[in-house]
Amino acid sequence: MKQQTEPQRKLVLPGDVVAKGNYTINPKSVMYLYKIDDTIYAAVVGLVEINDNVVTLIPLEGTYIPRPGDIVIGLVENFVITHWQVDINAPYIGILHVSNLLGRPYNPAKDNLKEYLDIGDYIVARIDSFDRTKDPILDVQGKGLGRITEGKIVEIKPSRVPRVIGKKKSMLNVIKGDTGCDIVVGANGRIWIKCPNKDLEDIVTLAIKLIEREAFTSGLTEKVRVLIATEKHERGLI
Amino acid sequence: MSGKESPVPLLKDGKRHDGRGPMDLRPIEMKIGILHNADGSAWLKIGKTEVVAAVYGPREPPMKGMVLPDRAVIRCRYHMAPFSTEERKNPAPSRREIELSKVIREALEATILTHLFPRTVIDVFVEVIQADGGTRTAAITAASLALADAGIPMRGLVAGVAVGKVQGKLVLDIDELEDMYGEADMPVAGIPTLNKIVLLQLNGVIEPHEFPQALKMAWEGIKKIHALQKKVLATKYGGEQ
Repeated sequence: MKQQTEPQRKLVLPGDVVAKGNYTINPKSVMYLYKIDDTIYAAVVGLVEINDNVVTLIPLEGTYIPRPGDIVIGLVENFVITHWQVDINAPYIGILHVSNLLGRPYNPAKDNLKEYLDIGDYIVARIDSFDRTKDPILDVQGKGLGRITEGKIVEIKPSRVPRVIGKKKSMLNVIKGDTGCDIVVGANGRIWIKCPNKDLEDIVTLAIKLIEREAFTSGLTEKVRVLIATEKHERGLI
Repeated sequence: MSGKESPVPLLKDGKRHDGRGPMDLRPIEMKIGILHNADGSAWLKIGKTEVVAAVYGPREPPMKGMVLPDRAVIRCRYHMAPFSTEERKNPAPSRREIELSKVIREALEATILTHLFPRTVIDVFVEVIQADGGTRTAAITAASLALADAGIPMRGLVAGVAVGKVQGKLVLDIDELEDMYGEADMPVAGIPTLNKIVLLQLNGVIEPHEFPQALKMAWEGIKKIHALQKKVLATKYGGEQ
């Protein structure tokens, strides 16, 4: 991991003073830092980066909190007359409006919601909007979004998602390249794998579980490479 | 505080019944991330007192009506295992446990940034595995570690310790025996990084002029425990340092 961790990143614990003086908090990190007078404190365990007097904190643990623009993988839990209720592995239920999925006005008398999405279906969606007063609204209009019809879903801790992706997608590209599988990583800790065969699917699952388990060890990319190679060899794929 | 004589002298030649000096803490061990199913968990052993804390959340409320529109609801359960005491304890929550659950919850509410998660619930469970005095402060210390392990934003780590009075002298981190036969028991918990107290109780009698000294002693103990908490957390993520 040494080549991935930048030297100026520092581990901080809740209550630690991160910066004092004329500093501002990165809008992405408002949940993880707080300010009293001119002192910025860390609120969670994380890695701190200071660039141009802007403080950014990358949390190492925590549940997924929706942010507009995120790609998530949701599980349809229920539907009511105007929308589906989707579990997005967050403290809030995702809402997917029928008109958004159909892309046209919707007539409750004619359209049967079950024909489009049923309970238990997985979907790839984008968080369209979310704030503290309203539940997150999902959007499935776009490339690669919509119902999942094949493959497998693997769940990991949401805080380990950046590790699975790696710096500039390095880790993801290693897994994709070495196995030939297509992988969609949801920001909420659900990962969709599409593989040519069952053996490769299992190997990718093992690799992802390895990353989740050993997220804080160094040389993780190499470990994943070795794991994929040995597993492929054992299964007679090479 | 029972009025009876202690079976062993509580203070002899400046040493306590277990050989500690007045300012010595019992040996402390801490571990985090011990439970697989919880979002965050911690185990703490101080002397013979042993507690396990588990944190879940922030998560969707089990019942719609219980949430608050502007912040997260914290639910806390302090519970003593039936085997934690010398005589079997009835596992049903007692009056004392319900009260302690409340004071622990209030202590944690002071540190958790609840306003970040409106309409959600954070659950804190503390199970006392073995009780030998100072379980409430141990519970708070363990719960704050578990909260940090769960990644729940906090103003700072909370640590707690009790100060007691035995044979007219103030001592730090009293155990069951000193609590039973001593004159006073004063549990204190606080956020050392912010210099804030989140829990202060007093059971028994101390002189008004002794109080500042007692508080100062507790704060010394809290700082030591806080340093250990930080060490345990930093060790877990040590690969990143």
